[in-house]
Amino acid sequence: MSWLSDFFGDPANWSGPDGIPARLLEHLEFSALALALAMLVAIPLGLLIGHTGRGGVIVVISANLARALPTLGLLVLFVLLLGTASILPVIIPLVLLAIPPILVNTFEGIRGVDPELRDAAYGMGLTGGQVLGRVLVPVALPLILLGLRLSAIQVVATTTVAAYTGLGGLGRFVIDGFATKDYASVVGGSVLIVLFALAVQLVFTLLQRTTVSPGVSRRVKVRQVASGRETT
Amino acid sequence: MITFDAVTKRYADGTVAVDNLSLEAPTGEITVFVGPSGCGKTTSLRMINRMIDATEGRILLDGDPVQDIDPPKLRRGIGYVIQQAGLFPHKKIVDNVATVPLLLGWDRGKARSRAMELLERVGLDPAMGERYPFQLSGGQQQRVGVARALAADPPVLLMDEPFSAVDPIVRTSLQDELLRLQAELNKTIVFVTHDIDEAIKLGDRVAVLRVGGRLAQLADPKTLLSEPADDFVREFLGHDRGIRRLQFVGTEGLRLRTDLTVPAGFSGGSPEPWVLAVSDDGRPVGWLRGDGGGEPEPYGTFRPGRDSMRSALDAALLSPSGCAVAVGEDGKVAGVATREALDEALAEAADG
Repeated sequence: MSWLSDFFGDPANWSGPDGIPARLLEHLEFSALALALAMLVAIPLGLLIGHTGRGGVIVVISANLARALPTLGLLVLFVLLLGTASILPVIIPLVLLAIPPILVNTFEGIRGVDPELRDAAYGMGLTGGQVLGRVLVPVALPLILLGLRLSAIQVVATTTVAAYTGLGGLGRFVIDGFATKDYASVVGGSVLIVLFALAVQLVFTLLQRTTVSPGVSRRVKVRQVASGRETT
Repeated sequence: MITFDAVTKRYADGTVAVDNLSLEAPTGEITVFVGPSGCGKTTSLRMINRMIDATEGRILLDGDPVQDIDPPKLRRGIGYVIQQAGLFPHKKIVDNVATVPLLLGWDRGKARSRAMELLERVGLDPAMGERYPFQLSGGQQQRVGVARALAADPPVLLMDEPFSAVDPIVRTSLQDELLRLQAELNKTIVFVTHDIDEAIKLGDRVAVLRVGGRLAQLADPKTLLSEPADDFVREFLGHDRGIRRLQFVGTEGLRLRTDLTVPAGFSGGSPEPWVLAVSDDGRPVGWLRGDGGGEPEPYGTFRPGRDSMRSALDAALLSPSGCAVAVGEDGKVAGVATREALDEALAEAADG
């Protein structure tokens, strides 16, 4: 426990380019950037494929790639190819890692919407775009958010490993700590990483609660209508 | 009026779902498409709002070919009700009902108040508007489906087996509700069902389709029952065709006897084998033996002029006396239709 107080109690750890705030910000920056880029690719693609029903093969290939990709290997490869002058060598593998869960869940979410619902929506005169935006996306939202959450967690975890390549992030505390036998730094860094991951989970839980309709999540208290006029 | 003009639907694999169909669904009437599965009834319906496009022939909506109208625009002018209601689960009931008015650009307040009015109209408590679809029973959801289809007051309503997924009691009440609504609204309705009884109950005209999408017969229900065009239609109509036809025979001409009623305190002394005990306020109590012995026996009632011969006959069969009790709208006894009177009316019905 003294390691924790050593780490968090040291004022030097709270300032400067290798202090906790700076590292935290770096970690956030890498993760958020990677996730945002992955969303930009995977969500439109998933919506399009799910809505038109064409191109499901891409999703299958991407899902399989996701399982097979050695992220650490990719990281090292990109660092060797591009050097560490920019953050690209870290961002590219992270994006590649983040795309499949978002793509697969968006696609499955849209494709899995009850065909009757689609039929009713078209039958009432919604255009293709309106069917997607006003019906399919709100109904598929829990799955789409699940994909985002899975990606976010993987990205956050992998960003830790990215520190191995000499870039920043919370992983530096752990990796540098091991290298210098500074175990207070190792333990403190690990705690920060765990807290960060928990915070990400929390953010997505809140996002789910605020954006998914109670009619879809069924999170609504069943209140009986006072007058019992209706019988069927 | 909806006109099918030599309409054929052929799929890429050569399957013919609808074969050279020509018929009219007159304005303000319910036209039912009925037939076994694979007869193309749903395909025919869905060609009207272009959920499916015809391969050959034309469908005209008040003279205009639907093929010339952009599908979303066409569909916003046609109410559409499907089997599982297809309500949007993420929207409150009121917003579900307001869907088409909002698509048509109504302002939100007007669309919502219209939705509330329609919920009431289809027999739902407007307070349900604030609920989500999953909180409603199947029958309630189906009512919402009907309200949603009516929201923008379209002249035409397409109903694709709307009541087939609910239990028989709810189905009957939904059917009655539809007939009541139709009496007020006079929509041009095309209704698809595989249930011939539903077709006969609801249809002003019934189109019987056979497998392969060919029209077997188009007639009003009474004609269909009395003069089926061929063996296929006869078989499809099923048993009890004669009995069922009686539901189209009126009871206004039925001769009623008023001398068979006695006060509830009756203690015997009638020459008739059975007499009807009537309470002080004129309501039937039960059948008593003419000699006054025993407890009041069960009776059946019908409303002359409103109920059919089928109801009258049913009422007669429920009584030990074999007579049907005629009651007015107020529930008071108007008279008794004896076996002889029923027999005369049946003989007349059989003649024509």
